[in-house]
Amino acid sequence: MKKIVPFVSMMIVVLVVLVLGQNWLAQINKPPIKAANTNQVLNIYNWGDYIDPALLAKFTKETGYQVNYDTFDSNQALETKVKQGGTHYDVIFPSEYLVSKMTQEGLLAKLDYSKIHGFDNLSKHLLNQKYDPHNEHSLPYFWGTTGIMYNDQVFHASQLDSWGKLWNPIFKDQLLLIDGPREMLQPAMQALGYSLNTENQAEIKQIFNKFVALGPNIRGIVTDEKKQLMINGDANISVTYNGDAQVVIDANPHVKFLIPKEGGPIWTDNMAIPKNANNKKAAYAFINFMLNPKNAAQNAEYVAYSSPNQAALKYLPKSITHNPVLYPPMSELKNAQHYNNQPLRYFNEYNEVYLEAKTKVSLDGGLK
Amino acid sequence: MKDNTRAKAFFAIPYISWLAVFVIVPIALLVYQSLTNAQGNLTLANFHEFITSDVYLPMAFNSVFYALIITAITFVISFPAAYVLSRLKHRQLWLMLIILPTWINVLLKTYAFLGLLSKSGLINQLFATLGFGTHNLLFNHVSFIFVAVYLELPFMLLPIYNSINEIDPDILKASRDLGAKPVNTLTQLVFPLSINGIKSGIQAVFIPSLSLFMLTTLIGGNKVMTLGSAIELHFIVTQNWHMGSTIAIVLIFAMAVTMYFTRERGKRK
Repeated sequence: MKKIVPFVSMMIVVLVVLVLGQNWLAQINKPPIKAANTNQVLNIYNWGDYIDPALLAKFTKETGYQVNYDTFDSNQALETKVKQGGTHYDVIFPSEYLVSKMTQEGLLAKLDYSKIHGFDNLSKHLLNQKYDPHNEHSLPYFWGTTGIMYNDQVFHASQLDSWGKLWNPIFKDQLLLIDGPREMLQPAMQALGYSLNTENQAEIKQIFNKFVALGPNIRGIVTDEKKQLMINGDANISVTYNGDAQVVIDANPHVKFLIPKEGGPIWTDNMAIPKNANNKKAAYAFINFMLNPKNAAQNAEYVAYSSPNQAALKYLPKSITHNPVLYPPMSELKNAQHYNNQPLRYFNEYNEVYLEAKTKVSLDGGLK
Repeated sequence: MKDNTRAKAFFAIPYISWLAVFVIVPIALLVYQSLTNAQGNLTLANFHEFITSDVYLPMAFNSVFYALIITAITFVISFPAAYVLSRLKHRQLWLMLIILPTWINVLLKTYAFLGLLSKSGLINQLFATLGFGTHNLLFNHVSFIFVAVYLELPFMLLPIYNSINEIDPDILKASRDLGAKPVNTLTQLVFPLSINGIKSGIQAVFIPSLSLFMLTTLIGGNKVMTLGSAIELHFIVTQNWHMGSTIAIVLIFAMAVTMYFTRERGKRK
């Protein structure tokens, strides 16, 4: 007992010092937000590193709203957080399928177009899609497509001009795929010529078999690692988002990107206002600010994804807008399909197929 | 006497509350999830699917197979290593060198292997200098097992070392004086006397190896699937918590079986 009392008191003292020290550091590093009432605060929930921070400062300067900026790293995280309702974000950035899912769940506010200025700046080919007819709940923020990147010292474009050519045995143990239910199955869907949103049981079964047949060619099913692997020449061929391809190409000029002739899927990340937003006035101010072509251009230059803001393109350097990786010509996009949300039942079915297909491929591979 | 039991009860509070909050309640939730479907009805369908689908059972066998290989390799390395370590002069120092890597976060070590095994990594550079050319070392079963063995090795070695260390040196001397060959001393004295350490080593390696999931993605490139990776997918991607819980229950069962077969039999003293 004699020894335990000083020991415990010592631990308490250390803890107290740590807590005080932490508070003190937080105090000196972060001046408290001046805005006295919440009417002057805008809460944003966005993907990590997905906006030019200078634009947030500019927004505050122009409108007087203080910005609270939080980030997430997956659509699931965004959905869960908004659904729980503990937080009140004013602007959020869901991907297309989540726009539709959250609309069905009644989580998104209907946009009031009398308060939106600059809608006409947006590219028509990204508007009025099935996931959000007439853009009642969302506006595109960035977009991209999926294609194939390859190392031109090893492979040639003519070997890859169709999704079906990925099944060629010359690619044995070469191919990197994107890890995700739809992303992983997408090449099989396109090779079979099926809709990316198919709900047909027989087609889903064939997609599964087609994917399993791809097994021997699969080197790995990965997420962000593929960039480094392609840059280092560790892998020579990878299905990829065009924005990621550009990052790789900048670092390794031998890597080329192409969209097979069937087209690739188009994804969009979108601006939306949750129903439980605290400050809708500030939310509209921010959406209008981002629809401004000059701001959109500045943002696109920083983020290096493709901007949906047609009017912004003229403010971007030609090296960016004439880059077919980031801004593929319309001819390559004419066959592109958008992902749509499906009823929950099919959503789960895709997930099951994804899991089973992944397992089947790993078991077929066996221990060599 | 009465005070004593009261004091005991008092000191048991942290342990019991810990047990309740972090062991009993989560397992009860797992069991509940595994016995219900998306509509919340009680059902055995999840377990039925586990047994009948052509995915889960092969995956389970596959996981056990990998875990056995990992355990066997770590044992083959650890037992002689532990024996040698216990004979060394500065054994605390040598032991420290083996424990040291466990202070580093597992994820960091795994990422380090991504670099080491890559085409421009150290290992391939060495191969190239020796004239073997470069190889794809990442994303296959061998690299997965290799890294898993590396990560699990200290957990096999430590308990074996401790139990070998506890053996009275006089017994070993006696065995030598009585004319036993070193091999016989090893197999007939050291091995049986350190069996409890070996058993805890097996527990500490086999059970976690059954549910490795991060390695399967990072080093195995998702071409290795274990029960652990299936649970991760069900909870995070497919959000089918019921099936995920079912697999977790099967895994807990497998762990209980392992514990049973490697339990300490017959009290010494």
